[in-house]
Amino acid sequence: MSLIEIKDLKVHYPIRSGFLNRITDQVKAVDGINFNIEAGETYGLVGESGSGKSTTGKAVVGLENVTSGTIKYKGVDITETNARHNVKYNQNVQMIFQDSLSSLNSRKRVLDIIAEPLRNFQHLSIEDEKIRVLQLLETVGLNPDSLYKYPHQFSGGQRQRIGIARAVATNPELIIADEPVSALDLSVQAQVLNFMKKIQRDFGISYLFISHDLGVVRHMCQNIAIMNKGRLVEVGTREDIYENPLHIYTKRLLAAIPEVDVVKRQERQQQRKEIERVYQEESSQYYDDEGLPYPLVQVTPTHFVALPKAQLIDQLK
Amino acid sequence: MAEENTLLKLNDVSTSFKIDDAYYDAISHVNLTVKKDKILAIVGESGCGKSTLATTIMGLHDLNTTKIAGQITFENENLLDLNEEKMNDIRGAKIGMIFQDPLSALNPLKRISDQIREVLDYHTTMSVTEKNDRVLELLNQVGIVNPQRTARQFPHELSGGMRQRVIIAIAIACKPDIIIADEPTTALDVTIQAQILDVLRSIQTENHAGIILITHDLGVVAETADEVAVMYAGEIIEHGTTLQVFDNPQHPYTRSLLRSMPQGDSDVANDDLYVIEGSVPSLEKMPQTGDRFAARIPWIPAEYHEERPTMHVVEPGHTVRCTCYQHFYFKTLEDMNI
Repeated sequence: MSLIEIKDLKVHYPIRSGFLNRITDQVKAVDGINFNIEAGETYGLVGESGSGKSTTGKAVVGLENVTSGTIKYKGVDITETNARHNVKYNQNVQMIFQDSLSSLNSRKRVLDIIAEPLRNFQHLSIEDEKIRVLQLLETVGLNPDSLYKYPHQFSGGQRQRIGIARAVATNPELIIADEPVSALDLSVQAQVLNFMKKIQRDFGISYLFISHDLGVVRHMCQNIAIMNKGRLVEVGTREDIYENPLHIYTKRLLAAIPEVDVVKRQERQQQRKEIERVYQEESSQYYDDEGLPYPLVQVTPTHFVALPKAQLIDQLK
Repeated sequence: MAEENTLLKLNDVSTSFKIDDAYYDAISHVNLTVKKDKILAIVGESGCGKSTLATTIMGLHDLNTTKIAGQITFENENLLDLNEEKMNDIRGAKIGMIFQDPLSALNPLKRISDQIREVLDYHTTMSVTEKNDRVLELLNQVGIVNPQRTARQFPHELSGGMRQRVIIAIAIACKPDIIIADEPTTALDVTIQAQILDVLRSIQTENHAGIILITHDLGVVAETADEVAVMYAGEIIEHGTTLQVFDNPQHPYTRSLLRSMPQGDSDVANDDLYVIEGSVPSLEKMPQTGDRFAARIPWIPAEYHEERPTMHVVEPGHTVRCTCYQHFYFKTLEDMNI
């Protein structure tokens, strides 16, 4: 049994209009996706802005109402509030946000920020609480004198580490990391990613790693899902996605990553133009009549792609 | 060195800001040349002074709180000596600027066509029909599919990539000699980023402009630039052609940055990324003598650093600050205390 099993998850937002403010249409932010997260792994969810990846993350953590489908945590469907309470879901699943400045309360001291989940779930004495917070600060490599400082007194990387300390405070099993490093400089990004891996090794935490950066995802994740227009277009291991991408959307994303190899840049520009041409001209073969991706079909035991059967046979030739 | 295709020359430029009655250098002693038909990339992390460099060239600083030293030579004039009126004739007409956030750079209450026409109104004497034609021509040039429609729209009706194209259209409206692009693709998706960089490249070939591309993204630099200047803590620490800097990086900072990028072949469970120790000092705490990067590589003995670091030539066109690069080596991951 996987730690998290997501089945046919849909999150639709109503569009209201007219005199009576009736629901006239739906925005299908997440439109029927399936994937599993195993204990101790980092699962990558990749897509461009508007693909529905953040909505998926919010639905998993419980910040978004699910329209239909199930999210099973250790076999229990947690889309119902009561069930969530029974398995201590809110304690065992935490979240790290993209923008560390707006996700930390600027009027609270670091002590209060990190202690908040502890105060919610584990009623410790004031001394024990302080000891625990100091431990957490040490885990993420911050000074003990940070305790009484405010978020604005830290750099971006340090603030992100405060966010991580808060997320691991209740010893969670799963952390949803929504673009955790996209606002950070390269050298700070390296620091934060290393911390995330270290915490994973030490505490056996699983991550749902949501990102648009395929370079970072490649470094962090063994299993990856590519999301487009609210659906998954390709799912597979790191090798499947990076070495044998089948869907045009995945190929296009991969081709767009700038690389530091100066010698081959002409070659890559040609390749990118070619993929862009295929994407523009032959997109009807990859998307159905409504312009949405097809259902996933299995290619190998680990690799799934959203293509109709005939098209898939062509691809594999 | 008055080369024929030199457009803009920065000579020993320092910009310092006033904090509590004292001035602190945000950029110090920068020497750069922008050449015709070339893309010069300025790369560095946040706070290294790369955007200050752009605003200094454009003359966007309040001189009551900012001190600027050195010369910025453009068309045989020192831009720093010009008054506001003369600068206004240069800004937008001869030097165009592309900003990072296209939504805040556009006026939300004006139609796209009016915003592009504004530049033409100020700098040219075209007739109304000529201006209208020019607007459509510009929108077409930056790759907007339906210029007539987009011209009538408001900024909020456009996607991020489209808005950035409009910003580029405004910047190139008067065919400037120099375009300064400050993080032009940072707010965009990777696929849109690739398209915008293509637009920049095509404009450069069509207009023969010199482009200053300011970015933190090493990948973008490697894909687009002809020449690179790497900045750290307000100083240029390495300068050369893109091939020289990326294929044969010399300065410890450049080497460390390249090393801290995620690599494809790492082991997901165990491989850590290379981390540069410490952090960039704040303006007030910046050491006034010695190598500013020395504190981040404490295992390199002090005698290898210069007291007043200067640029050294590695090979023609490729220069590096401070002599420590000759002695630099990476600590192994085991030595590092993560």
